[in-house]
Amino acid sequence: MDKSGYNIAIASGKGGTGKTFVSTNLFNVLKQDSLPVTLIDCDAEEPNDREFFPGELTNCFDVTQEVPVIDASACTYCGKCAEYCHYNAIFFLQEARMIQVVEDLCHGCGACFVACEYGAITAKESVLGSVNTYQIDNNATLTEARMKVGVHSPVPVIKAAIKQAKPTDLVLMDAPPGTSCPFIQTVNLADYVVLVTEPTPFGLSDLKQSVETLKTMGKSYGVIINRAGLGDEGVYNYLEKEKITLLMSIPFDRKIASVYSNGKLLTNELPEWKAKFRELLSLITAQLWK
Amino acid sequence: MEIAVISGKGGTGKSAVSAAFATLNERVVLADCDVDAANLYLIFSPLIQEEKVFISGQKAVMDKDICSNCGICMDYCRFDAITEINGEILIDETSCDGCQLCVRVCPVEAITMIKEDKSRLYAGDFRNGKMVYGRLSPGEENSGRLVDVVRDKAKKMAKASDIDTTIIDGPPGIGCPVISSVTGVDRVVVVTEPTLSGLHDLKRTLEVTSNFSIKTQVLVNKYDLNEKMTDNIEAYCGEKGIAVTGKIPFDPRVVEAMVHCKSIVEYAPDSEVAQVISKAFKLI
Ligand code: SF4
Ligand code: SF4
Ligand code: SF4
Ligand code: SF4
Repeated sequence: MDKSGYNIAIASGKGGTGKTFVSTNLFNVLKQDSLPVTLIDCDAEEPNDREFFPGELTNCFDVTQEVPVIDASACTYCGKCAEYCHYNAIFFLQEARMIQVVEDLCHGCGACFVACEYGAITAKESVLGSVNTYQIDNNATLTEARMKVGVHSPVPVIKAAIKQAKPTDLVLMDAPPGTSCPFIQTVNLADYVVLVTEPTPFGLSDLKQSVETLKTMGKSYGVIINRAGLGDEGVYNYLEKEKITLLMSIPFDRKIASVYSNGKLLTNELPEWKAKFRELLSLITAQLWK
Repeated sequence: MEIAVISGKGGTGKSAVSAAFATLNERVVLADCDVDAANLYLIFSPLIQEEKVFISGQKAVMDKDICSNCGICMDYCRFDAITEINGEILIDETSCDGCQLCVRVCPVEAITMIKEDKSRLYAGDFRNGKMVYGRLSPGEENSGRLVDVVRDKAKKMAKASDIDTTIIDGPPGIGCPVISSVTGVDRVVVVTEPTLSGLHDLKRTLEVTSNFSIKTQVLVNKYDLNEKMTDNIEAYCGEKGIAVTGKIPFDPRVVEAMVHCKSIVEYAPDSEVAQVISKAFKLI
């Protein structure tokens, strides 16, 4: 694959630490510098990035999975499909001759299709969510993964969204919060991970867990401290001890909070921040090519 | 009575509100269901009396001494977890969903499933009653089921110790774990922030709770950082017939309290934040 761009994931142990704030502002600055850039909102449960950038919807598709449909007239109630299903998505009562697919539990793994020897199972598509792509300006694209409420996992939608990125683009991924499966699937495709945290005991505990995870994955990463000035020294001491690069520090400031709360971008409202986000990118690239 | 505290996105102050709720009543059962990033234990340092292994799932592993590189398993795997690199078939553990289909189709039994057993459930006493929380190990799935297990334990503890109130600190988002956290509770408190994103998240969260027709009320945290947006949130809730039972002002002492391992009602009982939260709690 021709891959001249690279992927940067912006993540945090929990939501609300400023991950979206960093992603949108970095994207904004790169876009204004006319770099070919794509922002992928991988926070499929609550995608918000799009609210900051008006743009035209250029592509939109549903992400589906194949779920089984059982034909009662062909079914012999042998129960093999239910036995093959690791997710308990096939409800089966032999005596009552009752069988039903619970679509909300189905992961679309295909095991039941293999199990059935009587041709009683056919496939249908069920929708897990959608991927929407917006052209923000000539060089800048925003792709959003949006999961349907109550679906078992946002991962298929996230993967589909990431696949949309042009390999030549610089790709920013606003990663899902936490360190569970969706986070891993996103950062797994990143060349560099930016962890956004707060200087509080909660922030520190989440940061440690993220760092441990990234270490086992062999990823390079750096940290941004948001709302600096509130809280304590714990995070700073930890970074120093672990020799982790502090990429940027964003002070707690009512002015910044107010810009963000109005759905506006700091790098537009307070232009001195443009230089800081440019510097952030050069710090990241320097680490990447190290 | 079970009260679940949730929020669309994390970081809205949900945990601070849960912590405050947990220290208002004499004795409560506190269930930290934010299993991806459980952190209330940092404030309450519970005395852990019970630690249990939670099996979150399984992963396929291949024995390369047996595998003949026929590629059949790769054709069947729907999660792109099996790939061919230079003629060799390999399983990518990160992508494996644990469906076990490859085990069933491999002609030479080269694949086995191993259990993912690094997640834990912890339970014990804290200064205001009983506490239970789950910790999902990084990369593991099934947080919805771990939430079920945590709530189950909370119910048993409430019964055994004769405690009436259970506070559930829910996970962020709109997925399975959130649904597991609110199913069957008596009251949901949604904590939101006066930001445009906060309003959007609130809408999606209320979609979830209205699906389950649970009595819901909203708290706006740091309302004074954007009073206009707070008005918008109140107007939206008004339309939906949902009560905004408290507007919590921004106060750096909320973070200070956390640094001192205290809830805001313990750290600064006379602060407006503590007052507003107690009032909202009484309204439940
Ligand atoms: S596709 Fe897989 S998860 Fe879905 S019902 Fe069949 S066996 Fe179960
Ligand atoms: S495997 Fe086929 S025949 Fe057997 S119970 Fe399932 S659908 Fe029916
Ligand atoms: S268990 Fe399922 S997801 Fe995992 S490698 Fe085998 S077929 Fe693929
Ligand atoms: S089906 Fe079995 S033998 Fe064939 S490649 Fe897969 S593990 Fe190896």
